[in-house]
Amino acid sequence: MTPDTAAHPASDSLPNDASSNTAQASSERFSPLHQAHVDAGASFTDFAGWQMPVRYSSDLAEHHAVRTKAGIFDLSHMAEITVSGPDAGAYLDYALAGKLSTIDLLQAKYSLILNDAGGIIDDIVVYRTNAEDYLVVANAGNRVPAFEALSARAARFDVTVTDQSDDVALIAVQGPVSRAILEATAGLTVDGELAELKYYRALGGTFQDSDVLVARTGYTGEDGFELYIDVPAAAALWDALRAAGEPFGLVPAGLASRDTLRLEAGMPLYGHELSVTGYPAQAGLGRVVNLAKETDFIGRAASEEGPPADAPVLVGLVAAGKRAGRADYPVFRSADAPVAEGVITSGALSPTLGHPIAMAYVAPGLARLGTDVFVDVRGTRIPATVTQLPFYKRQK
Amino acid sequence: MADKTELQYTAEHEWVLVDGDTALVGITAYAADKLGDVVFVELPAVGSSVAAGTVVGEIESTKSVGELFAPVNGTVVETNDAVVDSPELVNSDPFGAGWLLKVSFTELPTLLSYSEYSALVGE
Repeated sequence: MTPDTAAHPASDSLPNDASSNTAQASSERFSPLHQAHVDAGASFTDFAGWQMPVRYSSDLAEHHAVRTKAGIFDLSHMAEITVSGPDAGAYLDYALAGKLSTIDLLQAKYSLILNDAGGIIDDIVVYRTNAEDYLVVANAGNRVPAFEALSARAARFDVTVTDQSDDVALIAVQGPVSRAILEATAGLTVDGELAELKYYRALGGTFQDSDVLVARTGYTGEDGFELYIDVPAAAALWDALRAAGEPFGLVPAGLASRDTLRLEAGMPLYGHELSVTGYPAQAGLGRVVNLAKETDFIGRAASEEGPPADAPVLVGLVAAGKRAGRADYPVFRSADAPVAEGVITSGALSPTLGHPIAMAYVAPGLARLGTDVFVDVRGTRIPATVTQLPFYKRQK
Repeated sequence: MADKTELQYTAEHEWVLVDGDTALVGITAYAADKLGDVVFVELPAVGSSVAAGTVVGEIESTKSVGELFAPVNGTVVETNDAVVDSPELVNSDPFGAGWLLKVSFTELPTLLSYSEYSALVGE
């Protein structure tokens, strides 16, 4: 038995080969919660240079726990960059694809850092933490390019851009009983009612003596929260959340389940669905690029021009059976077409739905909903159908 | 569950239980753990000839795909239907109910002992 490393070649994909857990790269980094994961019996994986939990016991059990009860994730590898100063709003309107100057205090917004060619340097979530303070949360693997781009764009604005990633930990509690768990967590107080906190809104608060930002955001397709806290207090918060969550069925969940959860929810992952050479419009993120913005922003001209008419577009694929198409598997228009007209970017046997699902870039001619295509699964062409994203939507 | 110390092993993380001229084959707990939850198993047809070192099946988890190699030259005499119906047996009982196939052979190649395999995986 030899795990097939070619199934997931992207650098920030979840690893699958037996060697990845034993290789000790000199550059590896550890979460402030590392010891808690070791104590909980986690298996680790390299993710953008970090040793992070891939699973604690079972990917599937962790996935199902998030869909039916709750899971707790360590996301401390993600990058936190603060933007502060009188020009913070105007600066972000220039530096990012969206309009951030007008979001409310403690509102969150999904946005993109584009380059001049309209390609995606990173996809991010931006929080307004004060009138003149914003928090930009970037992917772990894009910490450096995101910070460099944001820094370079600050030159003519009265703002300070600071990489706080080493000082900030991030814990996510996701699943239908998440709110009850946070409300039961000893030492955690928030400045308001979690019951009234809307999606993509946040509240300040404290845990013991540390400030905490509690946001109703996530990457799983379930209700849930993300908690930002200073590194020294993170382990105690993790323990308190787990203790409060135990009666509710909360389990620690690793990056393997996080990946299948976000895939079912149709959420793109940088390095798979998003890249520096891809346009937002190709990934279905045209709405994130605010061309109605009155002011110029990096990537605006290229975004107005848009991708070429024949550029591949991101679609969802579903198939019958159990054999899943995976990242980099080619997509064909027929069982015997000689040339591929698409490629899968993420794929798995959906734990919730029980059949294979995938996201793929395909030629525009294959992108219409209901189009029948074929995925080459290691030499066998398996039929699949273009379908609406997301694959899974929770009942509200 | 077979006694792990009595089994022979391959460098591809498979175990072999020899009984006369048949070899019962499965993957090790180490391999099952690295794969994660197994969700699909494809095994060769009963009666098919297999050559040692060639791919004869696939083991898929939610996150990855593993190839199953034949550890010996021979003929497949039985496959585990239970594991095809319930792939999670590979995780829950890799050395027992999660066995994969039985091969009749005429000559047994040199395989790894328990201590040699343990050294290979660093356990």
